[in-house]
Amino acid sequence: MGRIAALTRNPAMIALVAALAITGCASKKTPNSAADLGLNGAGAATPGSAQDFTVNIGDRIFFDTDSSSIRADAQTTLGRQAQWLNQYRQYAIVIEGHADERGTREYNLALGARRAAATRDFLVSKGVGANRLKTISYGKERPVAVCDDISCWSQNRRAVTTLSGAGS
Amino acid sequence: MRSFLKPLLTIAAMALGMTAGATLPAWALVELNVNKGNVEPLPIAITDFQSGDALGAQITEIVTADLKRSGLFAPIDKSAFIEKISGPDATPRFDDWKVINAQALVTGSVGKEADGRIRAQYRLWDTFAGQQMAGEQFFANDANTRRVAHIIADAIYERLTGEKGYFDTRVVFVDESGAKNARKKRLAIMDQDGANVRYLSDGRSIVLTPRFSPNRQEITYMSYESGQPKVYLLQIETGQRELVGNFPGMTFAPRFSPDGQKVIMSLLRDDGNSNIFAMDLRSRTTTRLTNSVAIDTSPSYSPDGSQVVFTSDRGGGSGRSQIYVMGADGSNPHRISFGDGVYSTPVWSPRGDLIAFTKQSGGEFQIGVMKTDGSGERILSSGFQQEGPTWAPNGRVLMFFRDSAGGPKLVTVDLTGRNEQQIPTSNFASDPAWSPLLE
Repeated sequence: MGRIAALTRNPAMIALVAALAITGCASKKTPNSAADLGLNGAGAATPGSAQDFTVNIGDRIFFDTDSSSIRADAQTTLGRQAQWLNQYRQYAIVIEGHADERGTREYNLALGARRAAATRDFLVSKGVGANRLKTISYGKERPVAVCDDISCWSQNRRAVTTLSGAGS
Repeated sequence: MRSFLKPLLTIAAMALGMTAGATLPAWALVELNVNKGNVEPLPIAITDFQSGDALGAQITEIVTADLKRSGLFAPIDKSAFIEKISGPDATPRFDDWKVINAQALVTGSVGKEADGRIRAQYRLWDTFAGQQMAGEQFFANDANTRRVAHIIADAIYERLTGEKGYFDTRVVFVDESGAKNARKKRLAIMDQDGANVRYLSDGRSIVLTPRFSPNRQEITYMSYESGQPKVYLLQIETGQRELVGNFPGMTFAPRFSPDGQKVIMSLLRDDGNSNIFAMDLRSRTTTRLTNSVAIDTSPSYSPDGSQVVFTSDRGGGSGRSQIYVMGADGSNPHRISFGDGVYSTPVWSPRGDLIAFTKQSGGEFQIGVMKTDGSGERILSSGFQQEGPTWAPNGRVLMFFRDSAGGPKLVTVDLTGRNEQQIPTSNFASDPAWSPLLE
């Protein structure tokens, strides 16, 4: 028991995941805009803040079914992310990989991991320090959209770049 | 902390002598051929176990439910019974049971001994042969009433089918509650019929894919409690947990080897692919079994430990996962699934003859079985969103989870595919793993 209990949990990261998981099916759009996130408009975010990153840069990219290839639209988003991350180097970064529900639990853990790794590798190729980047897969365990049709699945096949507070 | 898995059973079983003359040859006795394609359920009368309290009726109810759920027996409604059984040792009036077409009859009694233990006995009668087929007596401490009933049901099942039963078993699973996008997942254990649910984790971290050790005392599972998803071991009785291995990345999809000495699992590579490793739990040494630029996961040993079946997308690029078999040392991996669809979660039958799997085909999720060379594929159940079969220890029944009406529930299906039953759970439930028969 003791060995396990000694392992640290990361409440900050879990809180952030929860905050990002608020978008339901009612919104069919990609939850990248300030309105989707219930914020007071893009201008409200302090440059360099986590809110600035989420609202003005876009914290997530989406994948085709069963694919971990970085699509053209995702490359644009990740290019913006890399630029921002290279400007604000105080952040450590965790990239979450997710899958939609069409796949078995274990396979989707692996697929989410592959998406997170592909996202990480793209950011590294754009100059983001590999030592700032960690990845984690949630498989299909943390959908943002919870209906079972195409619009939801496409939102759930995602990689989310999260800022895990001021890093080294 | 918990004593429910203690080798409680002091169940001392002893045979009860035949009360009716065993004059007929054994071949005349009623039996059920479970290997026929279409099994007609055997009509059986299960009388109330005689007791001075509610215990007797409870035992009868559990035995009846077990046998009925198997799909192999058709318990006769008590209101049709003619004879009132006078005592546990009396020979029944067989004509009274033949006339209601009860081919088999169960009588019994249960009571408390002076030392507080329960004493239960049953007799199984062949009404048409007019003869006792089996009789046993058990002593158990009174926390184990349900187990006594399951053991009696197993004995009846075995005597009439020639196959080992599977009722005195438990299931570990993931109890799920809350909204789909913020599910609380807890490790839980229960009897195979859904009774006696106990929680093994507090729900603060995501937990997935618990699997029983062959010794029934521990499980291996995956948890997010350290931040990174990792494979753990949990001693069920003491609650003691430990991390399996010291790998840099995610470890997942664990299962025990048949001798309980190893855990086989997937390990995430830095390039985003996943390979299969086995870890010896005593020496802590790890062996790499696959080394492919692919997703290799869901490994499951053959019951003799010589082979491993697993899921891989090495052949068809992302998402086209198929089932492969290799030697337990990683030698000679070869694909065995060639049907039209995506295959995953292969699990080797405890008998060694079949591999159960999840198949995605035509927008459906199917649970099926194939022979170990991939031939003879049969789909047993279809629906949207169902996966993760686990075998009953006798290799006759599969349990899996089906997501419908807002969340997953546990379902059993037998090898005929005709007898599908939902296991009652108060919350949603997923990732079931069946224990071996208890001891």
